[in-house]
Amino acid sequence: MAIVYQKSKALTDKELHYCPGCSHGIIHKLVAEVLEELDLIDSAIGICPVGCSVFAYDYFACDMLEAAHGRAPAVATGVKRVHPRSPVFTYQGDGDLASIGMGEILHAAIRGEKITTIFVNNAIYGMTGGQMAPTTLIGQKTTTSPLGRDPSHCGGPAHMAELLATVEGAAYVERVAVYDIPRLNQAKRAIKTAFEMQMQGAGFTFVEVLSACPTNWGKTPLEAAEWVRKEMVPVFPLGVTRDIRKGAAK
Amino acid sequence: MAFELWKGNEAIAEAAVRAGCRFFFGYPITPQNEVPEYMARRLPEVGGCFLQSESELAAINMVYGAAGAGARVMTSSSSPGISLKQEGITYMAGAELPAVIVNVMRGGPGLGTIQPAQGDYYQATRGGGNGDYRLVVLAPNTIQEAVDLMQEAFDIADCYRNPVMLLADGMIGQMMEPLEWHEPRHRELPPKDWAAAGLHGRGSHNIINSLFIDPLACERHNNRLQEKYRLMEQRELRFEERGCEGAEVLFVAYGSPSRIVMSAVDLLAAQGVKAGLLRPVTVWPYPYERLAALSREPSVKAVVAVEMSAGQMLDDVKIAVGGCKPVTFVGHTGGVIPTQHEIAAAALAALGR
Repeated sequence: MAIVYQKSKALTDKELHYCPGCSHGIIHKLVAEVLEELDLIDSAIGICPVGCSVFAYDYFACDMLEAAHGRAPAVATGVKRVHPRSPVFTYQGDGDLASIGMGEILHAAIRGEKITTIFVNNAIYGMTGGQMAPTTLIGQKTTTSPLGRDPSHCGGPAHMAELLATVEGAAYVERVAVYDIPRLNQAKRAIKTAFEMQMQGAGFTFVEVLSACPTNWGKTPLEAAEWVRKEMVPVFPLGVTRDIRKGAAK
Repeated sequence: MAFELWKGNEAIAEAAVRAGCRFFFGYPITPQNEVPEYMARRLPEVGGCFLQSESELAAINMVYGAAGAGARVMTSSSSPGISLKQEGITYMAGAELPAVIVNVMRGGPGLGTIQPAQGDYYQATRGGGNGDYRLVVLAPNTIQEAVDLMQEAFDIADCYRNPVMLLADGMIGQMMEPLEWHEPRHRELPPKDWAAAGLHGRGSHNIINSLFIDPLACERHNNRLQEKYRLMEQRELRFEERGCEGAEVLFVAYGSPSRIVMSAVDLLAAQGVKAGLLRPVTVWPYPYERLAALSREPSVKAVVAVEMSAGQMLDDVKIAVGGCKPVTFVGHTGGVIPTQHEIAAAALAALGR
């Protein structure tokens, strides 16, 4: 019998701890498939964050480091400077990257650090139980914005793909989603482009993935996927915000 | 070998290069700036990498990454910067990563002053960050010793897979002294087969991590770390004794103040008072047993601790002395340096003279 589908070799057999309907599993799979297709499993070094994907070091089959909260781009910098020819990636959530780690991600981009960052944006803190994130939508209720995020009190959502598109050291920046098959396929193309451009030494590469968190949003998996499409995409438009192969920022 | 005149900070940096350090990540802060400045020139010459980070937090996490990837790596800073680095230091202790951290201490708390001080004794010897961990902390009192210790610090770090701190004060960093370069005592070191450097054919992946979510697993990890710290206590303790035999006054001091104490010893000798010095070279591990034994000598009438702080090592002196003799303290804060005259006067007062 012909094998038509199997788990990527870049994933271990460890059982994932993610909630039903969470997008992390899908995004792990996409990253893993890209690593395998580009033949990078044997040389890649990954850095995982603090947040829901804190255990990602158990799931990716390449060498992995667990970083302090928000510091993955700094850790990746240390790794990349020691192994400049190795593919190095960080996998970070919105609290990790856009809140406590805003300084580290911006300066990694400013230095043109030749790493790939996978930024999983689900507009909420998942691991700690549903608190407001820097990417929480205006009016979105969380445990620390119980009446909905009020921009006059705590501002509006951080747009990381647009912010990083202004940075000269960034070579490729794209925002994608995984709520349906066409979006998922585009997400994989974006991740692949990011790793390819890293290996060409182009500079800092960044893929923001809009992600569902049914548990902390209080929705079913299907409702959550629909919420990404209907509520998140208008605030966080999909597409390439910077690609140095095509000149300046779009 | 000929003597060469070196500034402390630059000598420390050169010693690291000679010890095989090829990666430096740091952020400017006075009075240690000559360390990163020297590394910025020197490391590219030997095929290494110097990178100025956006903050001390980023610097120590770059060190975490480079150490985790298998490199000999260091950072340097001064007191407020070291406070910021404590996050990365506890993660490195937890993930068992070797690296060397140089602290050229200045006055505190807060921004304090840029003048020499020793107010970081607590954060250096008690871990400094969260959790139960220790660093081997080397405290030189000459630039020669700073260089010699620096050359060994990387081997100590690699030997135990643990961060090591060189605890200097601003005086050691800023002054110039003659020194001789010695070939360091190289240790037999295990291969870094644990490093996250890419599989390259290895069958299973390496993970650098300090997270042990299961309580029993986390305690087992802690127990193993504690066993390692006990081993460091047995093997890495260093101290120096000067004129302690038959001394009436036993001084205890480390770093720059220990040299001022030796001038006070001379002043006291001129007045017919025999004084000696116990100088911890490692402030962790601390020479508790030796200090306990010396303070119990019948000749010793008073123990005098001298520091450029409000009395931090003093706690360890009192633990060792255990109330068997009176303990007096001479100290200054904020970058004020104690004089040999006030130290000698304090010793005479302690003797009731």
